[in-house]
Amino acid sequence: MTAYLLRRLGMLVATLLVSSFVVFAGLSLAPGSPLATLSGGRSLPPESIAVLVERYHLDEPFLSRYASWIGNAVQGDLGVSISLRQDVSDLIAARAGTTAGLILYAALIMVLTGVGLGLLAALRPGIVDSLVVMSTAVVIAVPPFAAAILLIGVFAVNLEWLPAFGNGSGLWDGIRHLTLPAVALATAATAAIARVTRTTVRKEMDHEHVQTAVSRGIPYMTVVRRHALRNAAVPIATLAGMTTASMIALAAVVERAFGLNGLGAYLVNAALSKDFAVVQGISLVLVTAFVLVNTLVDVVAATLDPRIKLGRQT
Amino acid sequence: MNALLTVTGLTVRLPLDGEPRKVLSDVSLGIGHGEAVGLVGESGSGKSMTARSIARLLPQGAQVEGEIGYAGTDVRALRGQGLRDFRSKVSMVFQDPRAHINPVRTIGDFLTEALRVNRRVSRRVADGQAVRALEEVGVADSRRRLRQFPHELSGGLLQRVMIASALLTEPRLLLADEPTTALDVTTQAEVMAILDELRRERGLALLFITHDLELAAAVCDRTMVMYAGRIMESRASALLHERPLHPYTAALTAARPSVLRRVHRLTTVPGRPVSAFEAPGGCPFAGRCAHVEDRCRERRPDLRPLAGGEVACVRAEELHQEPAVTRD
Amino acid sequence: MSSVVTSQRLPARPRTHRWRPGLGPLGTTAAVTILAAVALAVLGPALTSADPNTSDFAKAYGAPEAGHPLGYDGQGRDLLARLLTGAGTSLLGPLWVVALSMTAGTVVAVTAAWVGGRLDSVVSAALNVVFAFPGVLLAMLVAAVFGAGLGAAVLALAVAYVPYIARLLRSAALAERRKPYIRALEVQGAGAWAICLRHLVPNILPLIAAQATLFFGYAMVDLAIISFFGLGVQPPDADWGVMVASGQSGVLQGFPAESLMAGGCIVVLVVAFNVLGERLCGPARPGVRSSPRRWRFRFGAAS
Ligand SMILES: Nc1ncnc2c1ncn2[C@@H]1O[C@H](COP(=O)(O)OP(=O)(O)O)[C@@H](O)[C@H]1O
Ligand SMILES: [Mg+2]
Repeated sequence: MTAYLLRRLGMLVATLLVSSFVVFAGLSLAPGSPLATLSGGRSLPPESIAVLVERYHLDEPFLSRYASWIGNAVQGDLGVSISLRQDVSDLIAARAGTTAGLILYAALIMVLTGVGLGLLAALRPGIVDSLVVMSTAVVIAVPPFAAAILLIGVFAVNLEWLPAFGNGSGLWDGIRHLTLPAVALATAATAAIARVTRTTVRKEMDHEHVQTAVSRGIPYMTVVRRHALRNAAVPIATLAGMTTASMIALAAVVERAFGLNGLGAYLVNAALSKDFAVVQGISLVLVTAFVLVNTLVDVVAATLDPRIKLGRQT
Repeated sequence: MNALLTVTGLTVRLPLDGEPRKVLSDVSLGIGHGEAVGLVGESGSGKSMTARSIARLLPQGAQVEGEIGYAGTDVRALRGQGLRDFRSKVSMVFQDPRAHINPVRTIGDFLTEALRVNRRVSRRVADGQAVRALEEVGVADSRRRLRQFPHELSGGLLQRVMIASALLTEPRLLLADEPTTALDVTTQAEVMAILDELRRERGLALLFITHDLELAAAVCDRTMVMYAGRIMESRASALLHERPLHPYTAALTAARPSVLRRVHRLTTVPGRPVSAFEAPGGCPFAGRCAHVEDRCRERRPDLRPLAGGEVACVRAEELHQEPAVTRD
Repeated sequence: MSSVVTSQRLPARPRTHRWRPGLGPLGTTAAVTILAAVALAVLGPALTSADPNTSDFAKAYGAPEAGHPLGYDGQGRDLLARLLTGAGTSLLGPLWVVALSMTAGTVVAVTAAWVGGRLDSVVSAALNVVFAFPGVLLAMLVAAVFGAGLGAAVLALAVAYVPYIARLLRSAALAERRKPYIRALEVQGAGAWAICLRHLVPNILPLIAAQATLFFGYAMVDLAIISFFGLGVQPPDADWGVMVASGQSGVLQGFPAESLMAGGCIVVLVVAFNVLGERLCGPARPGVRSSPRRWRFRFGAAS
C-alpha cells in the first residue's frame, strides 16, 4: 500500500508539473510578446508595464520565468487581473465556493439517483429495467447546456418552481439557486452511473459468494447491500470520481447558463476578454483540482478493493 | 426411523434455452439425526441440484415437484423470515471456497456475518466465537486471520474457514457439496478429517456430496449413488463399496484408481454421463451399461429393496450372483 | 520490391478486430440518421430560399409561416436556414477534430508499439501524464491565447484527445505486433513501413473506425460547449452550439424553439454516433452493450 501510494504521489507530481507547464507555456506560445498577451492587447501606462515585467520576470529566460511563476503560485500568488486590477487569488477565492458547492451538489445527485436507478434496473428485470436502459441511453448523450436550457424552460419559466438565474443569498436561497444548475450538471453523469451500477450489480449478484450469503439466511436487501453493491463499489466509485473530476471543467457551462458567479463562468469571461493572468490562475486551480480528484479516485479504489494493493494496478 | 430430513419424489426442472428441462427425477432420501449420508455420482448427475433444492437455492425459474420435510416443517412452503430461519439451521459448505467467499470482505466478516446480521450478536462476541471456530478447524493464528482477506489465504485454509463458518451458527444439518474437490490431495485428507471429526463431536447430520465413492464410504453411514438425476442405489456404505448391486456403482468402483489394488490401466466408465433430460427411456444408464438387455430399455426400473438396501436395476439379483461384476 | 515479395506466401493474417457483420436495426437507424444529417448539411442552402443571416426584427420569435416552416429566432432570422447552415459547421468541426486526433493517435500508437523498448515506455508514461488535461479547459486556454474561433477550438480538442486514442490503439497495435504473421513478414525482409501500412494498420482499422465514430460524438458535444461559451464558432455564423446559447434569452421569454431545436439536433446526432460506434466494433456478445470504459473517457477527463 505504501509503495502504491508513493508511486501514485510521484505520478501526481509529474502530472501537476506537466499541466502547470502547459498552462504557463501558453503565455510564450501566443503570437506577439508575452507582455502583449498579458495585457490582452490593452495599452498600459509604463508603470503598469514595469509591474508586469517585474511580476512575471519577463526579462529572464523562459524556464526561470516558469520556476518563479510556479513558486509564486504554490504560495498563493497567481498574479493580477488586468481588467479588474485585483489579485487573481482573491478573485478565485471569492468564486471557488460557488463552483465547489455546485460540483458537490451535482455529485450527490449523481450518486444517489444514479445508484438508485441502477439498482432498481439490476434487481427488477423486465419493464423497469428496459425503461431505465432506454432512457439512460438517451440521457447519457444530453450535454450539460442542453440539459440546462431544458430545465430552465420547464422548471423556471413554465412551472416557476425554481430560480433560473444568479446565486441567491443565504443558505436556503443559495441551495434553491444551485438546484437546477446541479441537476443540469449531473444529468448525463447520472445516466452513466446508473448504467455502470446496473451492469456491475447484475454481475455481482451472479457470483457464487452471493449464494453463500443467501444460504446463510441473510435477508435479501442485506445481501444486495453487503455483497453486490459493496463489490460493485469499485467501478461505481471510480466512475463517480472521474465524473466528478470532469464536472470541474463542465461546471463552466452551467455557471454560464444559470448566471452563477463561479470559477468556470469567470474563466470563460476572462478568456473572452483576454485577461490572461486570470485564465492562467483559474486553469491552474481547475487542473490541480482535476488531477487531485482523479488521484483520490485511484486511492479510494485501492482501499475499496484489497486485491489492488497486491500490485494488480493498472 | 426418526428422520431429520425427508425428501420424497423430488423432481426439478430448470429452464435451459428457454425450455424447462428435467435435472432431478423422483429423488427420495432421508437423513436421520446425526446420520451421515453420501451422495455419489459423476458430474452433471444432479448432486448439487439435490443439495440446492434442500437449501432452497435453486436458480430462478426452477419448477419443483415433490416434498421436502425438515424436522416436521414443509421446507417448500417456507417464505421470508421462516425461510431465513431454516437456512440458518441448515449450513452449506461449497466446493470452491475462493468463489464462494466474498473477495473484498475480511475473513472475520465472512465468519461473523450470519451471527451479526441474523442473531444480532455484538461484534466483540461474534469475533470471539469466530476465533474459537477457527481454532477448532485447525487454523493457527486465528485472531490475525480475522483481519485478512480471502486472497491472502490458501485454498485449504479457505475451506477450513468455510467449514468454521458453517458450524458457527450451530446447525443440525450440514450440506457439503464436494468440499474437497478443489483442494490438492494432502489438504483434502486434512480437511476431510476435520469435517468428519467435528461432525461426530456435535452429532450433526450430514449430506456429503462427492464423486469419490471410496471417500463417501469412509465418511458416511449410508451412501446413495445418483445418475441422470435419479437415485440408482442406496445402501450402507461398507456394503455398497464392497459388493455394489447396480452396474453403475460397480463401474464407479472400478473407475477409481487405487494404490492398494493392482490396477494396470485406469478404467473409466465408458461413454459420457447424461443429464436427466437427455436420458433415454427405460434405464437411464442403459446406453453405457455392460450388462444391458432389451428389457432394460423397456421400462424405467424403480428403486426397490434388495440385500439391505435399495437398487434401481432389473438385473440386480442375477448380477449380484455373478462374481464377475466388471473389476479388471 | 519487398512488398511484391511479401504479398505472396504469407501466413494467413488472423483478423482480430472484425467488422461486425450487420449493424442491426438500431445501428442502421443510427447510420441513416447520420447520413441524413450529412445530406441536409450539404444540400442545406438549396432546401430553403431564406438567408440564415438576414434578420428582420419585426419577426423576432415569429411563428412558422409559408416559406419559413420553423419560424424565426430572437433576431428575426429564419430558423430552418440557420439550422441547416449550422449543420455544416457542427459536423465539419468534429470531422476535423477526429481526423487530426485519430491520425496523430494512430501514428503515436503504432510507432510506440512497433519500436517498443524504451520509446514505448516513455510514450506510455507520457500519455499517462498528459491524460490529465480536460479538453474543454485546454480549449479555453487556447482561446485566451490565440483568440476565439473554431480553428483554435478544433486544434485544442484534437490535442486533448490524442492521449486517449493513442492509449487505446497502442494496446491493440501491440497485440497485433506480437502475432506470428508480422514476425513472418519481418523474416521475409519486408520493411517496417510496408508492414505497418499494409498489414498492421488495416488489421486494427475496424477498431480505429469505431473509435473515430465514438469520438465524433464527443467532439460534437465539446465543440458545442466551446461555441456555447462564445469561444468557438463566432456569431453571426450559425452553429448549433451558438444557437443554443443565443436562444437562451428566448427560453426565458417563453420562446424555446431555437435552443430546443439546436440542442435536439445535437442530442440526436450524438446518440446516433454513440450507437453506431458501439455497433461497428462492439463486443461480440449481443447482450452486452456499452462498456464502462467508454464512459470513463466520456466523463473521466475529456470534457
Ligand atoms: N443454472 C442451471 N440452469 C440450467 N441447468 C443447470 C444449471 N445448473 C446445472 N444445470 C444442469 O443440471 C444438471 C445437474 O447439475 P448438478 O446438480 O450441478 O450436477 P452435479 O453437481 O452432480 O455435478 C446438469 O445437467 C446441469 O447441466
Ligand atoms: Mg456439483
